[in-house]
Amino acid sequence: MDKKNALIIGILLFGLILTIRLVMLQLIDPQYKVSAQKNALLYQTKYPARGEIIDRNGNTLVGNKTTYDIMATPIDIKEFDTLDFCRIFNVDVEAVKKKLRNWRINKKKIGYQSFTFIKQISDKQYSLFAEKAYKFPGFYAISRTARIYPFDAGANLFGYINEVDREFLEKNPEYRSGDYVGITGIEKSYEKVLRGKKGYNVFVRDVHNRVRSSFMNGAMDVDAEPGNNIVASIDGELQKYGELLMTNKVGSIVAIEPSTGEILAIVSAPGLTIEQLSNIRKEYSDILQDPYNPMFNRAVMSAYPPGSVFKTVNALIAQQRGVINSETRYNCYRGFLYGRGGRMGCHGHPSPLNLKQSIMMSCNAYYANTFRAILNDKKYNNIYESFNAWKADVNKFGFGVKLGSDFPSELAGNLPSTETYDKIHGKGKWNSYNILSLSIGQGEVGATPLQIANLAAIIANRGYWVAPHLIKESGDSLITQKYSEKHFVGIEPKYFESVVEGMYLAVNAPPGSGGTAWRAHLEGATICGKTGTAQNPHGKDNSVFMCFAPKDEPQIAISVYVENAGAGGVWAAQIASLVVEKYLNKEVERTALEQSVIQTSLKQNVPVRKRNK
Amino acid sequence: MAFESIARRKKEKRVDLPLLLCYFLLITIGWISIYSAVYSEDHTFIFDFSQRYGMQFVWICISLIFAILILYIIRPSIYMTLSPVFYIVMLLLLFGVIFLGREVNGSKSWFFIGSFGLQPAEFSKITTSLLLATVMGQYNFSLSNKKDIIRAAAVVIIPIMLIIMERETGSALVYLGLILVFFLMGLSGWVIILGLSIIAIFILTILHSALAALTCAVSIVFILKWFIDGNWKYLLSSISIILLCAFIPKLIVLEIGTKTPFSFFKLLKPEVWTLIFIAPHIFIWIKDLVRHRFQRKSLNNSRWLLVSILVAITVIFSVNFLFNKVLQPHQKARIENLLGITEDLQGIGYNVHQSKIAIGSGGLTGKGFLNGTQTKYNFVPEQSTDFIFCTIGEEWGFIGSMVVLIIYLFLIIRIIQLASKNEDPFTKIYGWCVASIFAMHVFINMGMTMGIVPVIGIPLPLISYGGSSMLSFTLLLFIFIRLDMFRQVR
Repeated sequence: MDKKNALIIGILLFGLILTIRLVMLQLIDPQYKVSAQKNALLYQTKYPARGEIIDRNGNTLVGNKTTYDIMATPIDIKEFDTLDFCRIFNVDVEAVKKKLRNWRINKKKIGYQSFTFIKQISDKQYSLFAEKAYKFPGFYAISRTARIYPFDAGANLFGYINEVDREFLEKNPEYRSGDYVGITGIEKSYEKVLRGKKGYNVFVRDVHNRVRSSFMNGAMDVDAEPGNNIVASIDGELQKYGELLMTNKVGSIVAIEPSTGEILAIVSAPGLTIEQLSNIRKEYSDILQDPYNPMFNRAVMSAYPPGSVFKTVNALIAQQRGVINSETRYNCYRGFLYGRGGRMGCHGHPSPLNLKQSIMMSCNAYYANTFRAILNDKKYNNIYESFNAWKADVNKFGFGVKLGSDFPSELAGNLPSTETYDKIHGKGKWNSYNILSLSIGQGEVGATPLQIANLAAIIANRGYWVAPHLIKESGDSLITQKYSEKHFVGIEPKYFESVVEGMYLAVNAPPGSGGTAWRAHLEGATICGKTGTAQNPHGKDNSVFMCFAPKDEPQIAISVYVENAGAGGVWAAQIASLVVEKYLNKEVERTALEQSVIQTSLKQNVPVRKRNK
Repeated sequence: MAFESIARRKKEKRVDLPLLLCYFLLITIGWISIYSAVYSEDHTFIFDFSQRYGMQFVWICISLIFAILILYIIRPSIYMTLSPVFYIVMLLLLFGVIFLGREVNGSKSWFFIGSFGLQPAEFSKITTSLLLATVMGQYNFSLSNKKDIIRAAAVVIIPIMLIIMERETGSALVYLGLILVFFLMGLSGWVIILGLSIIAIFILTILHSALAALTCAVSIVFILKWFIDGNWKYLLSSISIILLCAFIPKLIVLEIGTKTPFSFFKLLKPEVWTLIFIAPHIFIWIKDLVRHRFQRKSLNNSRWLLVSILVAITVIFSVNFLFNKVLQPHQKARIENLLGITEDLQGIGYNVHQSKIAIGSGGLTGKGFLNGTQTKYNFVPEQSTDFIFCTIGEEWGFIGSMVVLIIYLFLIIRIIQLASKNEDPFTKIYGWCVASIFAMHVFINMGMTMGIVPVIGIPLPLISYGGSSMLSFTLLLFIFIRLDMFRQVR
């Protein structure tokens, strides 16, 4: 074949390839025509206002204020007075110049995109900018909302919102860069309810190139839908008061409405302040370095030994099993003696006591005996079976399991298993004596303050609990269903009477008659409470108290946990008593007590470890 | 003698009108397209010299002046006699620009005189073509003579090296088109096929795996061997078995679905089966090779096949090195983007993606003059220079694009035919050079805007904006037109 002709055929072949490609691009594939239309349209996002958080009395806990973000469209930027611009927003001239230079270099990549240039400017800055906006082509302001907190309380509870980062965007493609999302607390749990829906204005670029006009006179625009408000079960005043009482203390307060499981107040101290919350971006590194770890929500995450408040659980289980009854009496030899010189100590009180009195005076020996009676029940073949049966019953009280609250960070606490003891003592080498500390809420058991408050609610309800929750009203029926279900603990109501009576006497028996919680007494409130003094390997004992009030038709169930504060009857009981007064009477008349609680600092007793940066 | 000179004089005034027509069509289309690409309502006057279309008009005028000079004033005999001088001056310029030039878009290939930029690499195409024509046009030049091959190759390779040093790899690539001239001068077509195969193997290795590329190469070599040997039995059976190997495992996997976790199906890759099938043949072939050591005829064929396979293996195993070490990161990214390995529509793939949108949205008849939204809003960068074809595709649609493509094809084929008819070896070879250079530019540039060739920044001849490119293509073409005026019809 003639080489020249071969070459011509080759060239025609390449021509054919190009032709086929043209046919594909221009005549067959429709995607490019669609893309072209999209290219010519410009979508400017309209951001919705985030839903507000309202308290149970209708007060705003978390609200919104309008701020503005300054946006920049690099392609439209013309020469402007950078100095004047920077003076308005109080930003660094060099930084701005650097950014502009960067945009100029990447002009091709950027195209018609817009960027957030300065975030959350003040009203004053906005009005200054609006006045001079004509001088700065390519810059415009869009309204955003920022959070305000009228109550100055509940920072840990509400949590904060922040701009989404890249990692988050990869996992959640429905978000766009520049959106805000709840990172912790209610803001996170109810993100879907609160966030609302973004809208947009559609503009078209006309043949004049840079001038924008509204597309189809706004017919295609979509308004932003503001987020739904959330009515929280929190009582704003009570929350604020609780935080005040915990000043300079480490621990937590949880208050629940027993019949509904609604959380009235939940305090973790030391916690974030509202000021820190609003400036989270600036404060974040300081917060991380705070040795008391204010971001840590002790109320739902810290597994403390519950101490003597746990006796009520054993008292109830033992009665239901029939291994003791309300008139069963056990001797106390200033403690419980066992084996070769083994002894679990107790404090001085009359002996022997019946069930009611054992709660009132918090006798350790009584519960050592009771617990052994449960574990050595002839119904079960061995300690493994009886222990597991006991554990199953305790689980029903919400210990060792998550309660299903709406805290994303809620933890289950600890409840040991037979394996735990096999590991400590060896398989088959342990018996009821070895695990005796469980009878009084010590040893391997760990409960969160939320679980302890839930226990108070169970006793107040005489036999059931509702998963503690923060949400009172929300459009979501699933949530409502979840938080109206009653979890029965499998104890008949009649067995609660002696326990309730014991708790009533612990608070309301005249001082000197042996009631451990007489300091919690509040005239007319019929508070029923149980103290706990949890031994603590790190320094002084933890002070624990749980109570509910009034005795009949209880309205509030509380747990107070103060780290390294000594006996439960002192600080924890007094704090709980004040919270009850605040909630039931709205006003606190015992101002001397109030002041002494607020002014006492117990923080210095808490051993802290230096935290890493 | 006398008769001949009369005949020559008679032909001398005959400028080839079709070529001239093509030229004027292309520069007009170019000028209009540039006007449309950079059009803004502030500057609507097409002779506005502050705008690119105004400047392009200036360049067109300058080019036409040169065209007239070439056609009627300059004696055509100087092209051959002075070609070494032109060539050496141009080499000096190419070399000098590396040190004295100004950096534009990462390459140092521009001289600036005031605000006028001049790109020596554009003009060196002309001088290289002239010298190549001189060297190859010598009376006893033959590609079977090693010295001649080296001389001809050096003429092409030296400017390529210099241009690569300027970091203008795209322009350097154009010179590879001159292989077509070597082909027409007697180089075996197998060399070109080998070149194309190397590219194919390269792509296959990047896209698939070394094993797949090797298998393909070996299979193709064997099929060729059997084809050449006339061994139809083997040929047909092997093709059908390879097809079977390639598709049946796919079908099985499709049938059973991905539910089966058993990794046996991973072994059913087509390349593995093909290799198992071919292995015994390799064995037999090597045995044959050893046995027929002394029979030259049978060996000759086999030797080429062996070389091919060795080349394939070398290419496959140097792909990684080439791809990661030799190519610059942006070139690697462009190739990956073209092959669809990475999809980065905001970054490296932005140009091509926007360009495809522009061309694709043109449809059959286009959006009409000045109505292209893609080009109007500057979505496509470089759209008056390298990506000018977008504007044509968008505003004039498939019909307009085809018109441009057909003009180019006509121009290139016309040059080849006129050159081939010409008796004078210098004119003939120069013509082939011109056609090759035009062809390279057109295919690379159009292919790039349509996303079938990696992004290589070279202009569309006579259409793209740019003084150097306009002037150099004018000179390139008109020197041929002038030389062609001597044509003697047998």
